[in-house]
Amino acid sequence: MSAFLARRLLIGLVTVIVASIVVFAVLEIVPGDPALLMLGMNATPEALATLRSQMGLDQPIPVRYLSWIGGMLMGDFGRSWTYSSPVIDLIVERGIVSLPLAVISLILSTAIAIPVGIFAASRRGRAADAISMGATQVGVAIPNFWFALLLVYVFAVWLRLLPAGGFPGWGAGIWPAFKALIMPAIALALPQAAILARVTRSAMLEVLGEDYIRTARAKGIPRRKVLWRHALRNAMIPVLTILGLQFAFLLAGTIIIENVFYLPGLGRLVFQAITQRDLIVVEGVVMLLVASVVIVNLVVDILYAVVDPRLRVKA
Amino acid sequence: MSIGEPVFPRTQSVVLQALSNRSFVVGCVITAIIALMALVSFYWTPYDITNLVVADKMKPPSWQHWFGTDHFGRDILTMIMIGSRNSIAVALVAVGIGMCLGVPLGCWAAARGGWIDEAVMRFNDIVFAFPALLSAVMITAIFGPGAINAIIAIGIFNVPVFARVARAGAMSIWPREYVLAARASGKGKAQITIEHILPNIAAILLVQGTIQFALGILAESGLSYVGLGAQPPMPSWGRMLFDSQTRMMVAPYQALFPGLAIVITVLGLNLLGDGLRDLLDPRLRRER
Repeated sequence: MSAFLARRLLIGLVTVIVASIVVFAVLEIVPGDPALLMLGMNATPEALATLRSQMGLDQPIPVRYLSWIGGMLMGDFGRSWTYSSPVIDLIVERGIVSLPLAVISLILSTAIAIPVGIFAASRRGRAADAISMGATQVGVAIPNFWFALLLVYVFAVWLRLLPAGGFPGWGAGIWPAFKALIMPAIALALPQAAILARVTRSAMLEVLGEDYIRTARAKGIPRRKVLWRHALRNAMIPVLTILGLQFAFLLAGTIIIENVFYLPGLGRLVFQAITQRDLIVVEGVVMLLVASVVIVNLVVDILYAVVDPRLRVKA
Repeated sequence: MSIGEPVFPRTQSVVLQALSNRSFVVGCVITAIIALMALVSFYWTPYDITNLVVADKMKPPSWQHWFGTDHFGRDILTMIMIGSRNSIAVALVAVGIGMCLGVPLGCWAAARGGWIDEAVMRFNDIVFAFPALLSAVMITAIFGPGAINAIIAIGIFNVPVFARVARAGAMSIWPREYVLAARASGKGKAQITIEHILPNIAAILLVQGTIQFALGILAESGLSYVGLGAQPPMPSWGRMLFDSQTRMMVAPYQALFPGLAIVITVLGLNLLGDGLRDLLDPRLRRER
């Protein structure tokens, strides 16, 4: 078990390091001098040179890479060139919108998908199975931003129950902030729920064919209990894998949904930073997301062992 | 007729099997209709897309304009038809990139094993660690928006997917006896891969290709929605949805039809992929 985890940890670490080199290199070859972009075309060469040295742009590439990495490890992501405030402040300020959004949609998606998947599996081949799987097939095909537009039309334009966009900030109270997040969260959750329900169903079907399920039923354990206690636990591994992948997707998926709802989150931050050539912000947010994907995958690996005790002994 | 003898000759039973697979039939029909729509749009569209009729702007659906008109007076059905070319082209080329790079990579990893296999798999892990959409936005924003960069951005993330599928497939073929026989007769690994491995994994690659095609259409619509895909005046489904957003109050139909076009296309491709999987791999039938 510890060997298994040590290996996964090492792979995760290497992934983050290589990813950081890729991010740095890609943004290094980007056309356009950030200092020139900040000062405009009419800048004097002296002012440009001063700014470049202030921003550290006159240092050799390896030095800049190492100081960037070293800074991030200490929690210093550098200063944004357009917002002229520390990148870490921006990330925290925007993260408190994006993170709750991702968490709410993950909860929604799980709460919908797992019961639907189990239900469909338990009614295999019957009408209920066909209908719910047909619905998930449609759900997978719906682009989340289009679903978001439909929600806006129904709940904001037509029923006037929810705001069409914008974010009042958590300072305005939990309820108004939550109201601003609920539609984006549903829009993000629906296609994810459809995928997760399909995975849950096929994992359950696989488990339900096992001998120990028949044994449990033969012993007289009620159907419902067999389904939730015996089958679900064993079907959790593929479900967890997809959940881990989906969390990463949700964090990044906010980039489009936040644009639909004008939410001041990480996705919008990185989107605006890219168009304004504020590369240090882009680098910081992308690295943070890559690191969180790696961490989530590690957590999923640990959860495997919790769910399946055989893994603890085997490795 | 003895017991166990097939009732139909083999070729006929394949056709019957295909026709009795509901996913396959529905998927085929939808995909064919979309493909036909894209082809027809090269020769005929209900209206001329470059002809802006200001007097006809923002018209709701009617007999003249089935899906209504947009804010420039362009016919929305015409735009959807022409937009389908863009979606199909971007997604298809992106799948092509993924296959052309990913399949050799996966086959190479499976054939050589050892550290080469390990290196290829770790490369996959690294690409997977980048949230695909975010990176696609990054690539298109840095190298400039447009259909070509959207293709590259989506294509890159298809590479590890195909590498993984090809590797897994190839790994299951290598231990087979006919491969052993080929090796014994002195064939090299490259030759065996081309003659024995590829024909045997072609089916799973085709299924994966269909699924990635659908995902590519979704990704392209997302990129053009945020303004990083095909640029105006070239119509694209995502861009049409973006344009419709500010007119939601007065013209909700403008948001309806391009969205439906995306959903129907993706649905058709996914059904086709599911059906193909059932038909090509009977062991998986009814399991999903």
